Amino acid sequence: MSDETTTIVHPLTALAEDIQARLPGVVLGTQLEKDQMTLTVGRDTILEMLTFLRDDPALEFKMLVDLFGVDYPDRAERFDVVYNLLSLSKNRRIRLKVAATETTPVPTAVGVFNCANWFEREVWDMYGVYFDGHPDLRRILTDYGFDGHPQRKDFPLTGYVELRYDEERKRVAYEPVKLTQDFRKFDFESPWEAMTDVQLPGDEKAMRPVRGYKELKKSAT
Amino acid sequence: MDNTAQNLDIREETQIRPYTMNFGPQHPAAHGVLRLVLEMDGEVVERADPHIGLLHRGTEKLIEYKTYTQAVPYFDRLDYVSPMNQEHAFSMAVEQLLGITVPARASYIRVLFSELTRILNHLLNITTYALDVGAITPALWGFEEREKGMEFYERVSGARLHANYIRPGGVAFDMPLGLADDMMEWCEKSILPVIDDLETLLTNNRIFKQRTVDIGTVTREEALDWAFTGPMLRGSGVAWDLRRNQPYECYSDLEFDIPVGKTGDCYARYLVRMEEMRQSVKIMKQCLQKMPGGPVKVNDHKISPPSRAEMKRSMEALIHHFKLFTEGYHVPAGETYAAVEAPKGEFGVYLVADGSNKPYRCRVRAPGFPHLAGMDFMAKGHMLADAVSIIGSMDIVFGEIDR
Repeated sequence: MSDETTTIVHPLTALAEDIQARLPGVVLGTQLEKDQMTLTVGRDTILEMLTFLRDDPALEFKMLVDLFGVDYPDRAERFDVVYNLLSLSKNRRIRLKVAATETTPVPTAVGVFNCANWFEREVWDMYGVYFDGHPDLRRILTDYGFDGHPQRKDFPLTGYVELRYDEERKRVAYEPVKLTQDFRKFDFESPWEAMTDVQLPGDEKAMRPVRGYKELKKSAT
Repeated sequence: MDNTAQNLDIREETQIRPYTMNFGPQHPAAHGVLRLVLEMDGEVVERADPHIGLLHRGTEKLIEYKTYTQAVPYFDRLDYVSPMNQEHAFSMAVEQLLGITVPARASYIRVLFSELTRILNHLLNITTYALDVGAITPALWGFEEREKGMEFYERVSGARLHANYIRPGGVAFDMPLGLADDMMEWCEKSILPVIDDLETLLTNNRIFKQRTVDIGTVTREEALDWAFTGPMLRGSGVAWDLRRNQPYECYSDLEFDIPVGKTGDCYARYLVRMEEMRQSVKIMKQCLQKMPGGPVKVNDHKISPPSRAEMKRSMEALIHHFKLFTEGYHVPAGETYAAVEAPKGEFGVYLVADGSNKPYRCRVRAPGFPHLAGMDFMAKGHMLADAVSIIGSMDIVFGEIDR
């Protein structure tokens, strides 16, 4: 995306440069995509960054719209915790990304934005990213006593247990999940355009491909 | 020491410790499956701890295993009283990644139905809210009108609720003949008198005001801090609406007002929703008047399916159709966030594509989730009956909160 040689700088690029200049050493990387700015921040400096973005009178990112996790199992630090901030007075958004693993806790943002409480509980529940200093880090969406973190890429879609009401024991019973049919996963990787320059028998009336048609004609004569 | 009456410490015996009460998971005023654990000091709520997730279906996980086309119906089932707004957010996210813009007619149809959905959502919320605080008539009157609105849904998409109508690249079908006229008639004659009737029933109703005024007050700062959006934010005096502040589709061509509340209590949120319905009617009328002709989906058959008629004659169209509904389209790698002003607030979709035909990650930002997270601070110090009032004014639907 760096083919812009003109002097016009995207306002969000200017914003990112401004943040980098005034808070040196905190931003590890910037990425502008689809008119949206993403800043990569380290775990140890995320609170400093959030507080700065919230309190700086030129930025005023007063609302933490969303906080969630993304899982990239191939990476060394497999999780991304993404903070989606909104400035109502300046009418712009910015995203912050923090990388984490199962064993490296991210400091909690509850002290900066109250709404982070439930959002972080959800990330903990779904991905198992631990938030250091969180006042109430319980599971939120899954069942009481649930085991595992379901939105990780290595967690099967069908899960491990299923439950039913047991009439004899008069309570809900958990059992290993039984599928009457395997989960169907089709291979869609056949390329859409694969057959365009190969002439197939019966297709002669269709658009004439470049290569196949000539070869076909040659063999006919 | 024996435990006779004289020897007991009288203070210890008469002191009432706060007791814990379970509200739900099945409670008519919980608007779904909410288990609210309330720590009560007599009648007064000391702490409210909502236990959510009873309707968790793993939508975000499921979408990672479905093609982009198959993912759309999941959005209907999130907030099941405003399905089209959510399809809209997802479609916008996919369109951003594909780098396509929808035709003008599709854009107007989308806005038309988004606003219809807003009216239907607010009708449901206000009438059931009134039911929660003791008024039965609004529900009976409002639902009749809501049913008429859902008939429009059915006529345009074939389904009353789960429309699957707004799809990446445009809308599924063009509007059938006569629908525009009937919708115009509904806007002009049918819906506004019902909104007026609801207003006469509720706005100056003494009981309704006693149950809502100064209940669950949210200040401007609190609303921002707790990431409230939609009527919850506007009720607290913040003039913020994505339709106006970050216009998408054709909202910048339309004329409408953003109602803003003054007091931030349940009553202000009710008033904001009432006025929003009137503004939505205004937007619908403008859409119907300005509706341009032309196609309703992008003319790229690698993304949107060809018409049935074309399929019967053209081999290429048949192949396109087959490939689109088996393999689907591939979305270039990248990530984006698209948000719409859903009836309940900012509904956003954060989409990570890896270049395949399935989303790598689809995060659903449901407006109701942070609203319910604010339950504790909103209900603190209120009576038990007020907790019901607060839940009603938050307009929560568990489909979107639990996902």
